[in-house]
Amino acid sequence: MKIANILSAKGMNVFTVAPNQLLREAIHLLVQHNVGALVVAEKSDKPIGIITERDVVRAAAGNENFFAVRVGDVMTKDVITAAPEDDVKSVGQTMTTRRFRHMPILDRGKMVGIISIGDVLKAQLEEYEGLIETLNAQIAPG
Amino acid sequence: MTVPDLTARPIRIAIIGSGPAAFYAADYLLKPRARVAQIDLFDKLPTPFGLVRAGVAPDHQKIKSVTKIYDAVAANPNFRFFGNVEYGKHLSLADLKNYYHQILFATGAQTDRKMDIPGEELRGSYTATEFVAWYNGHPDYREREFDLAQECAAIVGVGNVAVDVARILSRTPDELAKTDIADYALDALRASQLKKIYLLGRRGPAQAAFTNPEIKELGELADADAIIAPQEAALDELSRAALDREKDPLTLKKTQLIQEIAARAPAGKSRQLYIRFLVSPVELIGDSNGHVIKMRVVKNKLAQSESGSLNAHATDQFEELPVNLVFRSVGYRGIALPEIPFNDRFGTILNQMGRVLDSTTHSPVTGLFCSGWIKRGPSGVIGTNKPDSVETANAMLEDIAAEKMFAPAHARAEQAAEFIRARQPNFFSYADWKKLDALEVARGAAQGRPRVKFTSVPEMIAALGRA
Ligand SMILES: Cc1cc2nc3c(=O)[nH]c(=O)nc-3n(C[C@H](O)[C@H](O)[C@H](O)COP(=O)(O)OP(=O)(O)OC[C@H]3O[C@@H](n4cnc5c(N)ncnc54)[C@H](O)[C@@H]3O)c2cc1C
Ligand SMILES: NC(=O)c1ccc[n+]([C@@H]2O[C@H](COP(=O)([O-])OP(=O)(O)OC[C@H]3O[C@@H](n4cnc5c(N)ncnc54)[C@H](OP(=O)(O)O)[C@@H]3O)[C@@H](O)[C@H]2O)c1
Repeated sequence: MKIANILSAKGMNVFTVAPNQLLREAIHLLVQHNVGALVVAEKSDKPIGIITERDVVRAAAGNENFFAVRVGDVMTKDVITAAPEDDVKSVGQTMTTRRFRHMPILDRGKMVGIISIGDVLKAQLEEYEGLIETLNAQIAPG
Repeated sequence: MTVPDLTARPIRIAIIGSGPAAFYAADYLLKPRARVAQIDLFDKLPTPFGLVRAGVAPDHQKIKSVTKIYDAVAANPNFRFFGNVEYGKHLSLADLKNYYHQILFATGAQTDRKMDIPGEELRGSYTATEFVAWYNGHPDYREREFDLAQECAAIVGVGNVAVDVARILSRTPDELAKTDIADYALDALRASQLKKIYLLGRRGPAQAAFTNPEIKELGELADADAIIAPQEAALDELSRAALDREKDPLTLKKTQLIQEIAARAPAGKSRQLYIRFLVSPVELIGDSNGHVIKMRVVKNKLAQSESGSLNAHATDQFEELPVNLVFRSVGYRGIALPEIPFNDRFGTILNQMGRVLDSTTHSPVTGLFCSGWIKRGPSGVIGTNKPDSVETANAMLEDIAAEKMFAPAHARAEQAAEFIRARQPNFFSYADWKKLDALEVARGAAQGRPRVKFTSVPEMIAALGRA
């Protein structure tokens, strides 16, 4: 199974925020779109970072005025990306061992989506359920 | 989820397609608590079940017993089947909106992906999609011709479909004669001159897309030796490291099965099936008649992407294979349906968890849904379509509860039936299908086969005594 098989059913929206926007705006976007992470980018081209719920909480923990902090100052830089043709299994493994929950997807340099560890686990669970269902159907009495 | 009282206004749903995705969705939507009044299932073919009939290999009959589950769904009095009725030909979106509250597209992946290499269109170069549909008696493909008078074939790709094609090409006529393979295909394969078959994987053994029972079966064919070069069966460093890290038991087992085959000496069977790894076709070369005579392949090595995926990268070493028949089996692809937003990059309906999205605003279009291969792309076994369709069906029920749906002008079942009859007088009901089914099985029993399929629509119409 490829990342494309997850992305196909996730719509085409990638929610981005610019590095000079404030956390106030980022939080608003997270809530408005009901997502756990935003890609930080100048336009919707190559991501320069990612900002997640966790980053927001971490920023708030040490700073009473965290609403006014700039996204670029608390985002995770050096964001790891995947491609639609990458294997879901390897991507899931990388997310688990390196302990991050979101990966922007780049298709020939253009951002086409973002997937979460939840998406990966759901896809793997469905693949597994599918195998069981297919096997059960064959042994069910006719 | 709260379900509205629908007794006053029965909800009617149209499902386009009758493969696994369609039946799993219908099953879920007809559960009493869903309170959907009626489901009409349409297929462009007179016969139901999609790839279970026209894809699943004829020598894998047991898999086809999933249709028992679909029969049980069809037995629901609120279920109707209209075969031989095509969306885009007999029915338009505007038509359906006149008769149904919601429309679910479960049309599968009807075409194939290309390799995008020179020579791909030469004579003797075919797609697995058309070959599979042909040997399974799909009416749209029965007139295709495959030049099996050649000695050496290559199948590109190492997914389960590629394995199916390799097996069908390698089986003896006697083995095939016990299956429900189309009669014309049986005749053509009987006359096959094939001696050598290559199965070409662009990555290594650990990344091969086939599943373990499938590769095991290739190693146990009656009259074909599966041959794998030990150096290609060995794992490269990156694959070894990934396997040590992930300890995935299925991948471990797969690499063992491959190494077992590699360690075996060929038993001198009539055909040789060479399973190759880390090679990609770069060009098909033709003779003066435009027929394939050679395939140029490049050797690959694996490199790890930053996401951890091990992907193929071409080296500067090339090789030529003397093949005169090529089947590309590099994946299926969905086709766009009239008036339905499409994601051309992935070959799927533009959707979010089964809700069709508007191409401009990317927000859900009221009343339109999708599931199965046209929703997520051509991946997964039959049962994978169940959780996929349940997700979509839940979105449909949510919208019903929120009163977000079409308001059809003619919302009675008889009105829809009348309309469909006007557009396609020769539609097939489920009862018609059951008659065809019984006839096919009876024709098969006479020859010791599971069934002998009807492979043309006129033949099916005649069999029902309607012609
Ligand atoms: C060659 C092959 C072999 C396979 N073998 C196995 C196997 O052994 N075991 C296994 O578990 N899985 C197997 N699979 C996978 C399995 O077949 C798929 O997961 C499954 O069929 C996908 O279901 P679907 O309903 O999305 O599409 P499909 O099964 O393709 O059904 C789509 C249906 O929609 C109809 N349709 C399309 N367009 C229109 C239109 N415009 N109007 C009306 N109707 C339309 C088609 O005629 C078709 O009946 C195989 C797949 C292939 C390709
Ligand atoms: N018996 C069964 O249960 C059964 C039978 C048939 C089908 N199915 C299911 O149906 C689904 C579809 O099967 P499938 O075989 O069509 O697809 P698949 O499993 O996705 O396999 C496609 C194959 O083509 C290769 N490929 C793709 N692009 C290529 C290129 N440009 N050059 C060379 N190789 C390329 C892939 O290699 P990479 O991995 O490197 O991309 C892979 O080996 C699968 O989920 C399968 O399991 C199941």
